Amino acid sequence: MSEPLVIIGNGMAGARLCEELSRRALGRYAIAVVGQEPQLAYNRVLLSSVLAGEVPANEIALKSSGWWRDRGVTLCYGDAVTAVDVAKRMVTCADGRTLEFAKLVFATGSRPIRLPVTGADLPGVVTFRDMADVATMSRAAGRGTRVVVIGGGLLGIEAAYGLAKAGAAVTLVHLMDRLMDRQLDRRAAALLKRAVEAKGIAVMLEAATARLIGDDRVEAVEFKDGRTIAADIVVVAVGIKPNAEIAAAASIAVKRGIVIDDHLSTSAADVFAIGECAEHRGVCYGLVQPANEQASVLAERLCGREVRYDGSVNATNLKVSGVHVFSAGDFLGGAGTESVVLADPALGIYRKLVIAGDRLVGAVLYGDTVDALWYLELIRTGIPVEHFRETLIFGRALVERQAA
Amino acid sequence: MNALPPQQPATRTACPYCGVGCGVLAVADLNGGAMIAGDPDHPANFGRLCSKGSALGDTLSLDRRLLHPMIRRAPGVLGRVDWDTALDAVASGLRTVVDRDGPEAVAFYLSGQLLTEDYYVANKLMKGFLGSSNVDTNSRLCMASSVAGHRRAFGADIVPGTYRDIDEADLIVLVGSNAAWCHPVLYQRMIAAKRNRGAKLIVIDPRRTATAKDADLFLPIAPGMDAALFCGLLVHLADTLALDYAYIDRHTAGFVEALARAREIAANPAATARATGLEQADVAHFFELFRKTERVVTCFSQGVNQSAQGTDKVNAIINAHLATRRIGRPGMGPFSLTGQPNAMGGREVGGLSNQLAAHMGFSPEERDRVGRFWRAPCLAAKEGLKAIDLFEAIERGSIKALWVMATNPVVSLPRAGAVRHALGKLDLFIVSENVLDNDTIAAGAEARTQVLLPGAAWGEKHGTVTNSERRISRQRAFLPLPGEARPDWWIVTEVARRLGFGSAFAFGGPADIFREHAALSAFENNGERDFDIGALAGISDAAYGALDPVMWPARAGEPSREQRFFAAGEFFTPDRRARFVAPERPRPRSATSKYFPLRLNTGRVRDQWHTMTRTGMSPRLGTHSPEPFVEINPADGEAALLADGGFARITTSHGSAILKVRFDAGQRLGSIFAPIHWSEATAAYARVGEMVTAANDPFSGQPELKATPARAEPVEFAYVGIALSRGAITLPAGTWFARQAITGGNAVLFATNEPFGLWHEHARTLLPADAELAEYIDQSRGLIRIAAFRAGRFDGCIFVGPAQSQPQWGVVRSLFEAGILAEQERRTLLSGRSADGMADTGPVICACFGVGLAAIQEVVAAGRNVTVDDIGRTLRAGTNCGSCLPELRGIIERSASPVVP
Repeated sequence: MSEPLVIIGNGMAGARLCEELSRRALGRYAIAVVGQEPQLAYNRVLLSSVLAGEVPANEIALKSSGWWRDRGVTLCYGDAVTAVDVAKRMVTCADGRTLEFAKLVFATGSRPIRLPVTGADLPGVVTFRDMADVATMSRAAGRGTRVVVIGGGLLGIEAAYGLAKAGAAVTLVHLMDRLMDRQLDRRAAALLKRAVEAKGIAVMLEAATARLIGDDRVEAVEFKDGRTIAADIVVVAVGIKPNAEIAAAASIAVKRGIVIDDHLSTSAADVFAIGECAEHRGVCYGLVQPANEQASVLAERLCGREVRYDGSVNATNLKVSGVHVFSAGDFLGGAGTESVVLADPALGIYRKLVIAGDRLVGAVLYGDTVDALWYLELIRTGIPVEHFRETLIFGRALVERQAA
Repeated sequence: MNALPPQQPATRTACPYCGVGCGVLAVADLNGGAMIAGDPDHPANFGRLCSKGSALGDTLSLDRRLLHPMIRRAPGVLGRVDWDTALDAVASGLRTVVDRDGPEAVAFYLSGQLLTEDYYVANKLMKGFLGSSNVDTNSRLCMASSVAGHRRAFGADIVPGTYRDIDEADLIVLVGSNAAWCHPVLYQRMIAAKRNRGAKLIVIDPRRTATAKDADLFLPIAPGMDAALFCGLLVHLADTLALDYAYIDRHTAGFVEALARAREIAANPAATARATGLEQADVAHFFELFRKTERVVTCFSQGVNQSAQGTDKVNAIINAHLATRRIGRPGMGPFSLTGQPNAMGGREVGGLSNQLAAHMGFSPEERDRVGRFWRAPCLAAKEGLKAIDLFEAIERGSIKALWVMATNPVVSLPRAGAVRHALGKLDLFIVSENVLDNDTIAAGAEARTQVLLPGAAWGEKHGTVTNSERRISRQRAFLPLPGEARPDWWIVTEVARRLGFGSAFAFGGPADIFREHAALSAFENNGERDFDIGALAGISDAAYGALDPVMWPARAGEPSREQRFFAAGEFFTPDRRARFVAPERPRPRSATSKYFPLRLNTGRVRDQWHTMTRTGMSPRLGTHSPEPFVEINPADGEAALLADGGFARITTSHGSAILKVRFDAGQRLGSIFAPIHWSEATAAYARVGEMVTAANDPFSGQPELKATPARAEPVEFAYVGIALSRGAITLPAGTWFARQAITGGNAVLFATNEPFGLWHEHARTLLPADAELAEYIDQSRGLIRIAAFRAGRFDGCIFVGPAQSQPQWGVVRSLFEAGILAEQERRTLLSGRSADGMADTGPVICACFGVGLAAIQEVVAAGRNVTVDDIGRTLRAGTNCGSCLPELRGIIERSASPVVP
């Protein structure tokens, strides 16, 4: 008899866990996935492509229904879990169903932070998290629609990009002095700004939103310096918050996210958490790569192997507004570090490597990220780079060619 | 060597570099250049050319050419004038000085690059019409000791043998000659003799040169000790009864004194070894090889000539050949290898201050003869000043007017710094040149009046040259005269005409001059003078135009043939006997000391010629030795705290230079070597002539260019770099640099202690303002590399980095020459490393796994009905975040569309 394994959350982390488990121990667990979103798990990374009209909405499912069926996974999507009883090893769904589990995994993801200003709940103010948000925006945004996107992080830029491609007149506003300030240094961010502007998007930096104005629906955004911009739609993408409330209600330890240890275990026995809802060693990751790594480690552990999760290098490796960007480690370069820079702005290429002693400790790549994983590997392993420092920034192929 | 287009007729001409005198075929192209090949019918080279000759086509550019006359009158700047103005200024200036200060106050300084006809008119004007013998030439630096040695031994300046002797020798001894680099085509004949008939090759040289590498026996002789070795040889040959006493008795004089002196200097192999710093066994081996081998040719060049005892060295060599009658017979003889293309022609004309004309001196009979022939109103009465003395007279102020033709004395003369200073004192400084600027022209900026006259260059002028084996060849024009450039003979005759000597200089072209030159050589000769080309005195213009290479003597009425001299005596001394000369005890003129413990030897590199005004234009020639350097034995180098590949300041009592250090175990302990080629026009602090002693030979006046006491000290440059530009490159003052020829722009290698910030600033002033800039900066290492692109073309860069970083300059250079770069090349350009053979990954499609378009297309093309999952299995692309999946699908779709033929 297979042990019942319940995964709460029908997103990318949960789907990856199912895939990893089925590859290792098909049939060992009777898996049930309970998810709030009323559809098959899809690739959230592609939502901006859907918004931009580059990919049809029906093509972003991670796996076909047949794939799930073949692996014997019970899918309960469109159904939210409302409570967990750790002692009874049971979850309760919104429709009243209960599911027993031997092992439970929280993969509940996160949700957008609400803008803490007046007018934030006016009609026409949307977030950018799921297919429903995309549908809302797609309906509202047509040619000439005036859109203000608040938040110059990855999601905000992606929303702005998608909407601009769909024909909207988009203004992207950001509180900080550079876009993606958590992931990019000043020069890379400046290049990104130029690339974003080249898509027809107006960018306002150091713009603090004071309030959203409107009677029946949003009409304008007002900033603390007094400026206002008219808006038919306002997209808020100012950050995410782990979905940890149900865990907390079940007396599982929660700080910002659901606290997990190096075994991906929560404070409750046989209860685990992965992805954006989890907090490991004080870090809540907001990207797909750590979620996948966590899913992989958890699958190993659920199969009885003694592996640990030591955390993910804080790396960003993605395509934003059509441009590849990568950053990892101490990419800003603090005290005691040395920076090496390669830039060919006309080719849209920028690289910065941060070196401490004889080791690579951080990297930013803009435009050409072909060597991203190699740098990540060098950062992770701490291999001395001194003897090839002069060619390091030109990438693995050249370094290896010189060594040969 | 280039292949010539078969359908176009080639112009047969002669190479303008060394004294081998190779025949060259040239076909002008439509861009002002030419296709060059060796002339298979020329008896000097039979179709071969060396690296320099082969690259002649690279050196015809009109960039930096002087294309019109210019005058500067103090205080002022050089300004363009027409020919009449320039020629009037020259004539009236010379007239003024002669009238005011006498004829000894004017001087000509000529060049082995001039054609015989140019030489002839210049010599005639000065010695017959202005009345001074102050006509000297850069041959003084090159061949004067051989001339003096020949005249002392043979009574005339004659090379007794021909190149055929090299083909037919069984032992070839090279003394002070790096023929592999400096006479490469003749050297190939030596190697052929080695191969074909088993000839042995002995190389005698203080340094292990490229030539030494082929030697059967290499004798790393102490500097200046050649005469001791040949004295020892003479003694050994006497003591082993190997001399030809019958020949000595009948045809020579002075043998007893010479042998006695030789015994004093080197009484036996052991004493010879001590004197020369050689192993006794090697000395004995050499002596025995010489003794046992009948057919010995001893070739000598600058290592012998450029010495304060050069003439004695020449005679010590000749002594050994005379005493064994190894002279004038097939495969035998002392053989002077001439440095320049027409030093021999200059000697034939008499274009040296201690000759009058046509191998005649200043005896009353000779003066009378030449005076009558020329109808000279004002024939020079006595020898003039030799080069070193001549420039010292300028320094003292006793010479007021100087005309330099086709040479760059501020670079090539010893004590070049003093020479530069002296030129500023002239009232009238005339320079006939090809180039707009060189160190000599720059030095004239202080002279009261400076006149620049644009001379015709190689390929633009007609005339004759004579090579080392007395063979006269035609140089022929195959290019039009550029701008207002004129042949040197024309310039001189126009000045002569303005001085009132029109009837004696009524030459319509070089053929007229050649006929007069030939007639003078035969005038009242009767076989008494070696140089006689009377057979050519009546040559028609057409025959001159078609003249095949011809060896002198070519006496009227005698059949033309290749002739060797002296197998049966018949020397050109009054008693027809050769003279043995007892040499002075050998010693370098200046002693080393605590402050100057090393000896500075100078010379050439394989692919450059003289001061690089021509070879320096060829990118391919520039790659062999791109920077001025000094070679030093590693032990000496370490003792002086130098680093191989670093820099050294070389200092003598005359000046100093900063040169790149090359450790070379082939360099004798205590000896260092620096090439002569670089000047202020091509490098900073690398004018080697500035350091060289002016001590010179009492007979030849040839300076001791190869043995100046010197010291070496390390110079630290924290950073080295290269700058490339389509336009001119100016570096901050104080930067060490060397210019390098490059196609389509300029290149400068440099070294500096200036920190990062200055170069970051400077890069932006050096590179085009409208360019896209790419940069690679490792500031904490002092590394900065910036490249400029305009419309996709790589238009310049500056690379500066720590001295130990070693970008491949050649890679950067070739990309610059290519101009338009592939994206992959542009991306790796700043690495200074070759990207050849590195796969171009194409744009990244899968960011998570760094998979490029090229790899994906390869997978798609390799299979049938490839799916996104297939790509994921093979390359992992699309299996992480999946954001590239739409692109992967697109790639599959595009490749699946039917291919339209």
